[in-house]
Amino acid sequence: MAIKLLLENAHIEGIRSYDVYRKHGGYRSVEKAFKMTPDEIVEEVKKSGLRGRGGAGFPTGLKWSFLAKPEGVPRHLVCNADESEPGTFKDRYLMEFLPHLLIEGLIVSSFALNSNHTYIYIRGEYAWIVDILDQAIAEAKNNGWLGKNILGTGFDCEIYVHRGAGAYICGEETALIESLEGKRGNPRIKPPFPAVQGVWMRPTVVNNVETLAAVVPIINNGGEAYSKIGIGKSTGTKLLSACGNINKPGIYEIDMTCSVEEFIYSDEYCGGIAKGKKLKACIPGGSSVPILPANLLLKTAKGETRIMSYESLADGGFATGSMMGSGGFEVLDEDQCVVRHTMSLARFYNHESCGQCSPCREGTGWMYKILKNLEYGKGKMSDIDLLWDIQRKIEGNTICPLGDAAAWPVAAAIRHFRDEFEWHVLNPDESQKRNYGLAHYADPIHVPAAVG
Amino acid sequence: MTIKFSEEKLNAVKELIARYPEGKQKSALLPLLHMAQDEFGGWLDVPVMDYVAELLSIEPIEVYEVATFYSMFNMKPVGKYMFEVCQTGPCMVNGSDDIIDYIKNKLGITVGQTTPDGMFTLKTVECLGACGYAPMMQLGKTYREHLTKEKIDRIIDECRKNASVNN
Repeated sequence: MAIKLLLENAHIEGIRSYDVYRKHGGYRSVEKAFKMTPDEIVEEVKKSGLRGRGGAGFPTGLKWSFLAKPEGVPRHLVCNADESEPGTFKDRYLMEFLPHLLIEGLIVSSFALNSNHTYIYIRGEYAWIVDILDQAIAEAKNNGWLGKNILGTGFDCEIYVHRGAGAYICGEETALIESLEGKRGNPRIKPPFPAVQGVWMRPTVVNNVETLAAVVPIINNGGEAYSKIGIGKSTGTKLLSACGNINKPGIYEIDMTCSVEEFIYSDEYCGGIAKGKKLKACIPGGSSVPILPANLLLKTAKGETRIMSYESLADGGFATGSMMGSGGFEVLDEDQCVVRHTMSLARFYNHESCGQCSPCREGTGWMYKILKNLEYGKGKMSDIDLLWDIQRKIEGNTICPLGDAAAWPVAAAIRHFRDEFEWHVLNPDESQKRNYGLAHYADPIHVPAAVG
Repeated sequence: MTIKFSEEKLNAVKELIARYPEGKQKSALLPLLHMAQDEFGGWLDVPVMDYVAELLSIEPIEVYEVATFYSMFNMKPVGKYMFEVCQTGPCMVNGSDDIIDYIKNKLGITVGQTTPDGMFTLKTVECLGACGYAPMMQLGKTYREHLTKEKIDRIIDECRKNASVNN
């Protein structure tokens, strides 16, 4: 039976309201945290092995310990709720159905970081969730969990919801900070890092919604107990948002030990490929991470069972592996065209590039144009190499990781599906009428015998 | 149209500004632009942006450069109901292209256009975080998910009905 730390109470009727949430053990972690020192809380989070759930997977406790503490300068915690990575919709679920879990995590984390004014930066399109969060904040405040001198501790804290206005780039933490300051979402050059100079040039920690919600079970059960769940450096539980051509799209909490195969085919999770089709490919961690063909998804290049952990999903590096990323798990069936799908993602990154760095601003548009030609039967064989060349020149040459995020999907598509691209070039008319199909992408891979 | 918030809205503006440190009132710019767009006809005309600049004591250019950066701010008039249909990967593999084509034919407009009666605007957008409930679109403050042609018909009828009730 899967362990549920975040979604355990998600299906209780009325859990969105304070009274029901509290009755089911809500806000216990705040009571416990207030008996600890802020440093002890940071230690507990360090011990848990919790990694940032937004996509980068950076250890949260370590990030917190970097926060500068200059005398007399306020510090801020900012919750990154700008969920916009295609395939990802887990934070939306948490906020929509368990708003108090986030507020509880925010209060504990604000106390640990001494943030008296904490902000939730939420993507503008989640307009109705702003109301849900505002309501939860008001309830928490009426019950004494927010405001001045909370529970007589002397700690003051206010939480404000700040609505974005449609810009993927604002999920990048320095762009988010710029946006919170009322500016265009142009990422900043680092250093200085937000931990030293963040919002209004004050020390700032930016954490994803799921990360901050995970602080609640960590404090309740202890960091050590959390670290024992999962495997290796993939501790605790992870929310996955499953979508694409599967029978049961939705949000699943996993302990990162289940196999990819089980996740896709078991009734507990995705329930198999929709309409009885076959699996062709999958993007396991949000659109930025490399797409894998079925045969490299279920098993690693070494022929081992791939599991849903940070390490196993990344096994083989970009040559034969992918990444956990944000947990946006998109499955493509045998009828999907990888060229067309890659074109759609290229359009996305072109639309979302902030325009600050030329490799990304120009490169994303160029890649989209070439992919459009290939998809619509107007491509040349040399376009495939050109695409490869462009993505390579974007990667690593931009201020923020959006450039990499735009380059990787194109690189992986060419790396693993080159013959599908070539087929489009060689069959311009036929490719307009039918798709390349499953081809050999689910065939068992040849595993070379170990040398020596 | 007089471009001025009501007393009640002005109090809300004050409350918003007070959420940020003193002297950092510019931080309230995005929330204020949302308010202004909702209040003054669904888009941000130059006088509207100038009014927001005045409320925040910042230069108009600081508002223009921000308003044009974010996709949710409309720089020209839009219909009473805007269908913002997602076309990114996960929606695409679940048939968003067909939905977009269906809306185009049904309303007789292409992407980016508004029906002559000013009722509907069709816009394609990039991932809105509803990938598991694809295909989807945003309509006003809410999402419409698991779209089908029949569902589009119903939504269009519903909008027309609401418009005639409100008039």
